[in-house]
Amino acid sequence: MTIREMQEVLDARFLYGEELADLDVQFVFSADMMSDVLAYGSKCSVLITGLCNPQVVRTAEMLDIVCIIFVRGKMPDENMLALAVGKGIAVLATDHYMFTTCGMLYEHGLRGGA
Amino acid sequence: MSEALTFNYKIDGDDFTRAGEASSSVKNKLKQLGLDSDIIRKVAIAMYEGEINMVIHADGGSITVTVSDSDITMVLADHGPGIPDIEKAMQEGYSTARPEVRSLGFGAGMGLPNMKKYTDEMHIDTVIGQGTTITMKVHI
Ligand SMILES: Nc1ncnc2c1ncn2[C@@H]1O[C@H](COP(=O)(O)OP(=O)(O)O)[C@@H](O)[C@H]1O
Ligand SMILES: [Mg+2]
Repeated sequence: MTIREMQEVLDARFLYGEELADLDVQFVFSADMMSDVLAYGSKCSVLITGLCNPQVVRTAEMLDIVCIIFVRGKMPDENMLALAVGKGIAVLATDHYMFTTCGMLYEHGLRGGA
Repeated sequence: MSEALTFNYKIDGDDFTRAGEASSSVKNKLKQLGLDSDIIRKVAIAMYEGEINMVIHADGGSITVTVSDSDITMVLADHGPGIPDIEKAMQEGYSTARPEVRSLGFGAGMGLPNMKKYTDEMHIDTVIGQGTTITMKVHI
C-alpha cells in the first residue's frame, strides 16, 4: 500500500514528506529499541515506533526507511523533523497504540521483513 | 576514482542528540560518489553503530573513512575505557549500557554483532584504560 493509504487507514497526520505519499511500501518493522531496528530491519521500508528522539530519524536514514510512523500520539519536535529534510523520509503520527497500528496495517496486507 | 578519498570526523562524547551526524555525512558523500545503495547501507549501519558506541561507552573519539576503488575502510578510535573481554562484547545481547541509554533506544547489545554482520572485515584493538580502535572494511 502507499504511504497515503497508511495515513488514511491509521487516521494519521502527515508531519513531513507529503510529496512521498504515493510511494508504495510492503515491509514494516516495529520497535522502540533502535538497536533492534538496525539489527533486523534492514529489509523494511516503514518503521513504527513509540520512541521519540533524534536517533529514530537517524536510524531510519541509515536503513533507507521511507516512512516513520510515531504511535500513541508521540510528537517529534522541529529539530527531529529537520533531520528528515532531504533524506526521502516521510513522517506520520497516529494516536493509535503500537499493537493496533501494526494490526491495522497487517490487515491491509503489509508484512514484517523477516 | 584513482586516488583514495579520506573523510575525518570528531565525535562529541556528551551529545547523544548529535550522534549519527558523521555517519549521515558519510552516507551522503558515498551517494554523491554514485556507489551501490546496498554497499552504502552496510557502511552506514556499521559506522552508525560504532559512532553510537563511541558516544555511549567511550566519551567520543574520531572516525576516519577512506574510499578506494576496491573498498571503504572505517577506523573508529577512542580514548575510552577499553573492552575487557572482546569475545563477550561480540555476543548478541551482551551490553554494559546504563538504563538511561536503553530508554533512548540503544544498549540492546546488538551493536558490535551488527558491525560484524554488515562489514566484510572487522578488527578490534583495545587497551584497558587507554581506548579502543575498531577498523572495518566493506568491499565494493
Ligand atoms: N568503543 C567502546 N569502548 C568501550 N566499550 C565498548 C565500546 N564499544 C562497545 N563496548 C562494550 O561492548 C559492549 C557491547 O557493545 P554493543 O554490541 O554495541 O552493545 P551496546 O552498545 O548495546 O551495549 C558494550 O556494552 C560495551 O561494554
Ligand atoms: Mg552499541
